[in-house]
Amino acid sequence: MSTRLAKQGRLIDRSKQIEFSFNGRKLKGFAGDTLASALLANDQMLVGRSFKYHRPRGLVASGSEEPNALVGLGTGDRFEPNQRATTTELFSGLSAQSQNHWPSLEFDIGEVNSKLFSRFLTAGFYYKMFIHPRPFWKHVYEPFIRQSAGLGKAPNKELKDADTYEHFYFFCDVLVIGGGVAGLQAAKSAAATGAKVLVLEEKSYWGGRTPVDGGMIEGLEAEAWVAKTVAELEAMDNVTLRSRTMGAGVYDHGYILGYERLTDHAPGQGGPRHRMWRIRAAQTVTATGAIERPLSFAGNDVPGVMLAASMRDYVVNWGVTPGKRVLIATNNDDAYRTAIVLHEAGVEVVRLLDTRETGGGDLADRVRALGIRVECGRAIAKVADGKRVTKVAICAQNGEGGAREEVEADAVAMSGGWSPVVHLWSHCGGKLIWDEAQAHFRPDPDRAPTGADGKPFVVTAGTASGPLTLKAVMADAAAAGAKAAEAAGRPAQAVASIATSEVVEAQMEAVWLMPAKADIQLRMKSWLDYQNDVKVSDVQLAAREGYESVEHTKRYTTLGMATDQGKLSNINGLAILADTLGAEIPQVGTTTFRPPYHPISMGAIGGSARGDIFQPLRKTPMYDWHDANGAHWEPVGHWRRPFAYVRSGESVHDAVNREVKNTREKLGLLDASTLGKLIVKGPDAGKFLDMLYTNVMSSLKPGKCRYGLMCSENGFLSDDGVVARIDEDTFLCHTTTGGADRIHAHMEEWLQTEWWDWKVYVANVTEQLAQVAVVGPNARKLLEKLNAQAGGGMDVSKEGLAFMEWKDGEIGGFKARAYRISFSGELSYEIAVAASEGQAFWNALIEAGQEFGVMPYGTETLHILRAEKGFIMIGDETDGTVIPQDLGLHWAISKKKEDFLGKRAQERSHMVDPDRWQLVGLETVDGSVLPDGAYAVGNGLNANGQKNTIGRVTSTYYSATLGRGIAMGLVKHGPKRMGEVIDFPGLDGKIFKAKIVDPVFYDKEGEKQNV
Amino acid sequence: MLILECPYCGVHAEETELHAGGEAHLKRFGPGASDEDFHDYLFMRENPKGVHLERWRHVNGCGKWFHAARCTMTLEVFGTYTAQTSEPPQEIKDKISAKRPGWTWREFSA
Repeated sequence: MSTRLAKQGRLIDRSKQIEFSFNGRKLKGFAGDTLASALLANDQMLVGRSFKYHRPRGLVASGSEEPNALVGLGTGDRFEPNQRATTTELFSGLSAQSQNHWPSLEFDIGEVNSKLFSRFLTAGFYYKMFIHPRPFWKHVYEPFIRQSAGLGKAPNKELKDADTYEHFYFFCDVLVIGGGVAGLQAAKSAAATGAKVLVLEEKSYWGGRTPVDGGMIEGLEAEAWVAKTVAELEAMDNVTLRSRTMGAGVYDHGYILGYERLTDHAPGQGGPRHRMWRIRAAQTVTATGAIERPLSFAGNDVPGVMLAASMRDYVVNWGVTPGKRVLIATNNDDAYRTAIVLHEAGVEVVRLLDTRETGGGDLADRVRALGIRVECGRAIAKVADGKRVTKVAICAQNGEGGAREEVEADAVAMSGGWSPVVHLWSHCGGKLIWDEAQAHFRPDPDRAPTGADGKPFVVTAGTASGPLTLKAVMADAAAAGAKAAEAAGRPAQAVASIATSEVVEAQMEAVWLMPAKADIQLRMKSWLDYQNDVKVSDVQLAAREGYESVEHTKRYTTLGMATDQGKLSNINGLAILADTLGAEIPQVGTTTFRPPYHPISMGAIGGSARGDIFQPLRKTPMYDWHDANGAHWEPVGHWRRPFAYVRSGESVHDAVNREVKNTREKLGLLDASTLGKLIVKGPDAGKFLDMLYTNVMSSLKPGKCRYGLMCSENGFLSDDGVVARIDEDTFLCHTTTGGADRIHAHMEEWLQTEWWDWKVYVANVTEQLAQVAVVGPNARKLLEKLNAQAGGGMDVSKEGLAFMEWKDGEIGGFKARAYRISFSGELSYEIAVAASEGQAFWNALIEAGQEFGVMPYGTETLHILRAEKGFIMIGDETDGTVIPQDLGLHWAISKKKEDFLGKRAQERSHMVDPDRWQLVGLETVDGSVLPDGAYAVGNGLNANGQKNTIGRVTSTYYSATLGRGIAMGLVKHGPKRMGEVIDFPGLDGKIFKAKIVDPVFYDKEGEKQNV
Repeated sequence: MLILECPYCGVHAEETELHAGGEAHLKRFGPGASDEDFHDYLFMRENPKGVHLERWRHVNGCGKWFHAARCTMTLEVFGTYTAQTSEPPQEIKDKISAKRPGWTWREFSA
């Protein structure tokens, strides 16, 4: 059983007891514990169930590489799934729940299921199972997969994360990622040059694992050297140290993300929970250490089987042991340190199995001297299944697993060698080389990630570079720090020579399968990827089925695709693949390492950009008035526009109907300030607009307005609006609300990059002006009343300001520009005043308009009024695949112009195809409203056995004017099929029958706007 | 995230300040062009592993379009230059040639 030891535990404070809960059970730990060490102290060996087979799983590691111990942390609005017990610092009141089990951790139905179904769950099971037979999908596969799939539970969607997050920008000469002895030495060497240095360490403490492994640096015990060096660095003005901060990713041109966990260990302390560091560093030193590899033997996933160095961590750092009788299996010298530590802690080491016939070096001699039984050339054949280790069968390494001897043990420590953490080196293109002696990939210093100047910007230090002995690590780190500082532009310095203790270690031996010729029964129980439940047999099956590329094998077997991204499984998996393919490991290569190194919170990515400050809100000058007068808001780009003004007792739909009728019968006001207003000015402005619009703008007379269409070079309709010619050199182009910035950019692009010798300037004056549409039969009366009240003003009569004319002047005493344009079919003036006068002008219109029945109307009424008139709306009738010809807008496309954007594209064969769907009006036979986006079906079936589609609804509304549903749509051969009734199946199975009609439903002759 | 120097305002702009505009020095084909020429102009783009000439706009800055000569593999930037040209200036071509002897890109080469 796992238990707390009487002594040991350099990181815990036994005087401070902490209460926490696991699956509702109250447990006790100490300050300084991680959740993982505290669980072990309480003999909670079983911490979760595996993903596919729901096998019982325990702790394998002690750091962020841990694949199994994922828990749900916290409750309510602070609940978070998939948190690693090993990286969770214990705090009072911590509440954790295990995952992937039903109904309980101890007894799980899924485990029973997996025994029944496991033959279906081999490599590629997604591809093999989900296709045939079809009915099985719904009734067998889906219920099973749904029950077993997914890791933790998603938080309650009704709750919002109670914590806050922030971003932080930092610039430095040298960034050191990793605060172990190598990182600290690299920082010290770099800082000595005067470079500005930032050091990040993901854990709460400095020094990495050297204080656990032991050794002397510059005459001090490692722990004392760490304390001294941290104190020295803290005292330097040019050095910043941050613990609990992980280097998450290395990106282009020296951009690095750091992930600081400020209050995870102390909830309720206040301030942001996580902080995202957005760092620009001239040089980055990755001192990220190395990760121990598991050994692939049968039952290597049984709770109690643990990495040897991690077991040592638990004993030395937190004073807990996963067992009282431990068996150790190794292919290298490092695991001997675990034997010594366990022995010193009073834990019995029942056997140390060394796969090497020749055994280990200095450490092996010390272990033997302690009386521990060391057996060379021996291996684990199998750990008996169960919720914890009970029996271990041992055999010869160089065999098939026969002639076993059974040994009783309650924990197993394994070591398959060490792999440098190369993730950060690789994120931005650093390449790796295969190190035959250590059987690992390590960074190739000659192929580093390069920056904007083509020179390397990442340097590795310590075990992250490959060397594993303390002496080599310190020498490498000192050199790395000096090299980085020099590359960052600091003066070159001699590399410090660091004195350390030395241990002679014997050569490790690559062991990819234990025993070397394990039979299929054993290989089917030998786990490579614990989190995704991928076994040796799965990778071998994939290779037999023809998967040769490591990237394909990864996806086919899901090896390394879990949240730990294969930190433990990567090398072991590809070694098995290489072996099965008969290839060399370096030829098979690794999969791609992608950031983040370890999962980071969505909150940290979002930072403070959430809620009201998620993005800036654009408000027109009349926003507050709308808000105070019942506006039901609609987001339009970054703007908020009133959808309708809802009065007390009304539904939104009621309000829209009232606004429509009132505007048609009396008088409506629309806040049109959001419409884009672009000034295009210069001697070549007319020529330029002739290229941008499909019709001719250069012939427009000053004082006149013209409706125009803009297309992309692909020929597709992109925007529309009314252009007013202000004077010979100046035009004002109206764009759609959403199009202002886009069209402005479009104009700039063509002016700057194609017609850069044309004399034209463009200015976006959208926000300089407030614009109000005064619409309805009483519109003129209102303006004339305002002018009369002001003692004169602009002549707004039919003759004084005719349809499609504009004029500058005064209205009601306001300096205004009025356009006689109509998007509703009614008598209509769009009047622009200075933005600062917008609210006063609006107030004047509302006040004077009372006797004429004035009411404001919103965007839905705007839409309905234009649809009744058959006017198109960009984004409804267009979707980036529609050309003006589809919409019957031939009249707005010049045939005389030699060229305009989109002209050549509109001559392409597909664009002149008579089968293109074309705009028509649609009237339901029963007067109901067609569902938005519904498709019309015709005769025959397509290749998938579905009915052929012959059209779709682009706009659909209830028209209060006509008392029925009206719609527009694109229909194949539509204009030639007037009067025909076609079918639109709804989502609920109901078929809507609609007649094809002219898209102009109201005032076909256009008399009303021209009075 | 790339950093490119805007040749107009001189700012070393981070990618968040910039808008990528695809391949540089496209020759526009309009009415009268053959189907093939027009198709190539609209759709066919270089996608080299190596030297690439491309358009960027300093959209959250001075608003100007400019060109960058960059290595798509190593992310090395050989230089940025004006958008008001239909070929890279000799100085930029020389810089590329010094670092990537024998380079070619469409009709341009070392």
